[in-house]
Amino acid sequence: MSAVLEITGLKVDIPVSAGDLHAVRGIDLSVGKGETLCIVGESGCGKSLTSLSIMGLLPSRARVSADMMNFTGRPLLSMSETELSDIRGDRMAMIFQEPMTSLNPSYSIGNQLMEPLIRHRNASKDEARKRAIYLLEKVGITAAESRLNQFPHQLSGGLRQRVMIAMALMCDPELIIADEPTTALDVTIQAQILHLLAELRREFNSALILITHDLGVVARVADKVAVMYAGRIVETGRVEEVFNNPLHPYTQGLINCIPIPGKTARGSRLGSIPGIVPTLIGETQGCSFRNRCAYAGPACEIDDPVVELAPGRSYRCVLPEDQLKRQGDETIGKTGSLEAASA
Amino acid sequence: MSQQQSQSSGAALPPPVLEMQDVTKTYMVKRGIFSPKQPLRAVNGVTLTVRKGEVLGLVGESGCGKSTLAKMLLGLETPTAGEILIDGIPAHLGDRIAISRRIQPIFQDPYSSLNPRKTIGSIISLPLRVHKVGDPSSWRKSVEEILDIVGLPRRVYESYPNQLSGGQRQRVAIARALIMRPEVVICDEPTSALDVSVQSQILNLLMDLREELGLTYVLISHNLAVVEHIATKVAVMYLGRIVEETGTENLFERSRHPYTRALLDSVLTPEPGLGVPDSNLGIAFPNPISPPSGCTFHPRCVKAMAQCSQIVPRPLTDELGHVECHLYDPETRDNTAAA
Repeated sequence: MSAVLEITGLKVDIPVSAGDLHAVRGIDLSVGKGETLCIVGESGCGKSLTSLSIMGLLPSRARVSADMMNFTGRPLLSMSETELSDIRGDRMAMIFQEPMTSLNPSYSIGNQLMEPLIRHRNASKDEARKRAIYLLEKVGITAAESRLNQFPHQLSGGLRQRVMIAMALMCDPELIIADEPTTALDVTIQAQILHLLAELRREFNSALILITHDLGVVARVADKVAVMYAGRIVETGRVEEVFNNPLHPYTQGLINCIPIPGKTARGSRLGSIPGIVPTLIGETQGCSFRNRCAYAGPACEIDDPVVELAPGRSYRCVLPEDQLKRQGDETIGKTGSLEAASA
Repeated sequence: MSQQQSQSSGAALPPPVLEMQDVTKTYMVKRGIFSPKQPLRAVNGVTLTVRKGEVLGLVGESGCGKSTLAKMLLGLETPTAGEILIDGIPAHLGDRIAISRRIQPIFQDPYSSLNPRKTIGSIISLPLRVHKVGDPSSWRKSVEEILDIVGLPRRVYESYPNQLSGGQRQRVAIARALIMRPEVVICDEPTSALDVSVQSQILNLLMDLREELGLTYVLISHNLAVVEHIATKVAVMYLGRIVEETGTENLFERSRHPYTRALLDSVLTPEPGLGVPDSNLGIAFPNPISPPSGCTFHPRCVKAMAQCSQIVPRPLTDELGHVECHLYDPETRDNTAAA
């Protein structure tokens, strides 16, 4: 599988009054054709900044640097704004979280849908119109032709999100980045939108980066998972590996926090991660999770080495794999799963 | 009713705290500048009983009327028809202030529900000032006590909301709701604006407080995993009606209404390899101004029969709870020919 996007050592620094905010602190990512990578983490962990830096949409005062950031083999960071504009919306497209704020309220749906094709492919209005209708039908919008003349405020949240997806697909992009595409939606609509995304990705063979904090979404959609904490990827691997055998104490904590129907006993106490995310302003040393970690020791103040178990499967912790695995088995049992309660 | 009796296995039922009898709320809405106003039934004949110590989960898609229902319980809206009884006394006869002492809300977004220009101490003590409880010298002590209960350090008394994290703010909102020692807390999506690790802390806190203070909750959430975890009974709303209501275990293990099934099927549990389920619901949430004929769910229902588009299903109550669906009504289930 050839990599559509390959990133090593991506850093995003934002100057603030108190110094530099190191929002993304050296992350490696790669996603291949037809592959879905989920970046999961809590607010402020840098997942949205990562996606915006890939799209080149960060404000100029944010400093983006990377050892390598190649999109289909071409370095993104050395491209001019014009070159980037040619790629954005054409070869790579983004689906934003809030369809109401990311669609332009004063242009019709049709106008906004047709724009990328006219801009990037010199398509005629007629061709663009046909493609727009085709894609609106693909994303499950009925009476597609009449929708083209409607404005965003005339559509419901689920429909707007579908329009956003159709817009991202207009030029048949190689890479789609979806930032929390279903967070604002009902569960029923969420399932439909994700179903649709998975289907479209199969059909168009695009690479998909899905950014979310919802572990349910990750488990069901992802091929690969990257768990982010405080600007770093603390654990990555194939989705089954990360969910069935979480190694980093943060990943274990996250999985422990959510009630799992059929597994977590009703009304039992849920696991939690005490403490708060440390500030990322100024220099930080050692593991940034250590102040919330039950297993932290003196070694954690010095370093959080990357341990690579296999290609594409790694975690960031001083502890060896077998010890982390044992700890995981113990803590995940502690939340009062049905098996533990009946035993 | 029989459902609750079977659950408590013969023991005396706790008294009802909240009762809604055939409550309807109609809004008059305009669709265009020149078109006449049309009625929108946000809540359409809801009958519900919440007993002391229960946690009623209220689920449904956006626009189904669950927030309107909550507003009526809080006295922020008055029902167009029907009656709300609080401790057996009709709400419109009771003293508005006295009712608000007993029923308190926790809102969804702790970023917008706290006044950014007031200190935490002032926000939490506001109910004490409004209700003129005790003398001002005792307020600080009461606030500090409640801060202890919700697990916030006392030093936040002088802080402002922007100095606190999302989870801390939601704790402030909970402290404000609890300072009057209410009986009922209406939680409208209490954790959906919070991160996963914070969500579990708040849910644990809500469960602990219920036990310690003997609270009754009405929990509105679209996160069914959360509802399953802390509710004792669940009501499913669709277009202003309660289409199914039963004990939590029954609902999640033996749901009957096709809409409940579709909702449950849409839940993404964190189990890799299962893929995204297809609920077969279609996209069109119907327009509440002109709801579909018969059973309002029939255009989206995979089990729709001929009679569903013509006959409004009767409310049925049996040992499994309350359901409104022709599939479970022996009188209308098989008369496909008649329709």
